[in-house]
Amino acid sequence: MEVAVRVRGVTKTYAERAARVTALEGVDLDLHKGELLFLMGPSGSGKTTLLSIMGCILRATSGSLQVAGQEITGLSERELPRVRLSHIGFVFQAFNLFPTLTAVENVEVALELKGIRGALARRQALSLLEQVHLDDKASAFPADLSGGQKQRVALARALAGNPEILLADEPTAALDSHTGRSVLELMRQLAHDHNRAVAVVTHDSRIADLGDRVVRIEDGTISSVRNLRQPEPALVHSIPLSHSDLQTTTARPL
Amino acid sequence: MPPLARRNLFHDKIRLAVTLTGITFAVVLVVVELGLFLGFTTTTSGLIDHSQADLWVASRHIPYIEQGALFSERKLYQVRATPGVASAEKYIARFANWKRPDGGHESVQVVGFNTDQTMGGPWNIVSGSVADLKTPDAILVDDLYWKKLGITHLGQVFEMNGYRARVVGTTHGIRSFTTSPYIFTTFKNAQNYTNLREDQTQFILVRSQPGVSLQQLQSNLESRVHDVDILTTAQFSSMTRFYWMFTTGAGVAVLLAALLGLVVGIVVVTQTIYATTMDHLREYGTLKAIGAPNSYVYRVILQQAGMSAVLGYALGITVSLFVVHGAQQGGASILLPWPMAVLIFGLTLLMCTIAAAVSINKVTQLDPAMVFKG
Repeated sequence: MEVAVRVRGVTKTYAERAARVTALEGVDLDLHKGELLFLMGPSGSGKTTLLSIMGCILRATSGSLQVAGQEITGLSERELPRVRLSHIGFVFQAFNLFPTLTAVENVEVALELKGIRGALARRQALSLLEQVHLDDKASAFPADLSGGQKQRVALARALAGNPEILLADEPTAALDSHTGRSVLELMRQLAHDHNRAVAVVTHDSRIADLGDRVVRIEDGTISSVRNLRQPEPALVHSIPLSHSDLQTTTARPL
Repeated sequence: MPPLARRNLFHDKIRLAVTLTGITFAVVLVVVELGLFLGFTTTTSGLIDHSQADLWVASRHIPYIEQGALFSERKLYQVRATPGVASAEKYIARFANWKRPDGGHESVQVVGFNTDQTMGGPWNIVSGSVADLKTPDAILVDDLYWKKLGITHLGQVFEMNGYRARVVGTTHGIRSFTTSPYIFTTFKNAQNYTNLREDQTQFILVRSQPGVSLQQLQSNLESRVHDVDILTTAQFSSMTRFYWMFTTGAGVAVLLAALLGLVVGIVVVTQTIYATTMDHLREYGTLKAIGAPNSYVYRVILQQAGMSAVLGYALGITVSLFVVHGAQQGGASILLPWPMAVLIFGLTLLMCTIAAAVSINKVTQLDPAMVFKG
């Protein structure tokens, strides 16, 4: 699968007065198109820091980052918003919707940033809300929406302009398990059906089965990577064994 | 464009009311102070600006019109003999003592001119005429000062410096910058009212012949008529305004008050726009996180400032119109010409833009990573 985001040897250190905190150390990670990747780990492990670096919101202290084939490391601060705008959609834990705008207007803001305005923006915004099954709430303000509905609006906003990468930071933390699962199912669909690279930071192990890969981060390093979509080793069907078989001293091929 | 700026501005109605009150106060204060300044400066040189003369002959080193010393009327003939002079007339503008019917006294400024021509005469005459001044003891007084001088009707007779003065007409809107109202009369009457000898005058008003350069005529007069100052109307007007406005400090005080109004407006609007920005900081952080350039965020803030300016100005100028109208019924002269109204709108926009600068600085430094903090 094509690599959408490539992280190599990324380290992030925060220095405040005499104290130095290493949030990430030597992290290597590829995020592929068409996959739903979970970043899991305990609080303070560096998950959100890694997501922020992948999303070009934070700069790594060292290492390299490629987004959509473009080397990001050497870009100036002024150029990073353009990269985010062109390639990445974000979903936040606290939804971060604009409370004084309706659902469709929230999506239109993101479209406007990408140069889409007026009637076209309105049509696309409604279409995106339809994709997340929220077209009947287009005129509602965030205060009138449930948590799950707000997150769907946020998702629609993140999809504005059809970015190839979607990054979500704890998108289900403020939702009940059922609602959270449905949101993640939607994100999986966005990954698989639209060949999008989707990375989700979460500490909820109950929804891990929805992902294609689970990357576990602890103390700023990747401790394990589990590929949930690789074929399992072939099942051993029950073979009737005779007493003589049981007495075999050499291993028999399966 | 989604109406983010407008919605954010109107979201908190109380804060919006505070913002608009601050701007309205600033606008009214600036209008009143600048209007007073304009009114004052216009009033101080009113006699000069409406004289219809091209040049003034005055005593040496005269600082302003009220300080003109007396000189011999023989200079009138020297002036008339100067090439380029079409006409020249004697003119007086001197203080005198007015006796009211109730026995009280008021200081007045007697303006004496040649009633057979137009230079130096009154303007905005609403009753009577300049021709009526040719009758004995005739005077014209502005209706603004009738009450102050105890005038109740036309034809009423008063005493000035022991001489009779009969009110034959009125003007409207001729204000005196000093507290002494103008009393228009013939030059001869003015000599009596102000204790001038027959061979004395205070000024000579000069009109140039058509096509003659004023500078050239001024130079001609300076070479022929000695021991006097020859000033163009514009020069004399500006000298008199400058003296009253800046040498006395009156104008400076008024301008400082106008500046204070602007400062107050900036402080109030800065505080409210900043508070609004802080309330919506997370939204600005989100905008930056999803890729909005700083210019987009600035535009939202500036739109809020702009809308506040327009609304506040509309309220402020409405209140100001009432204040100006009310002042004109009273003794104060507050002027609000349309160019000044346009200027004040520009100042209001500037004020709100400056106020937005603090907020813009804040969002410039905003780290988009803050959106990841729950």
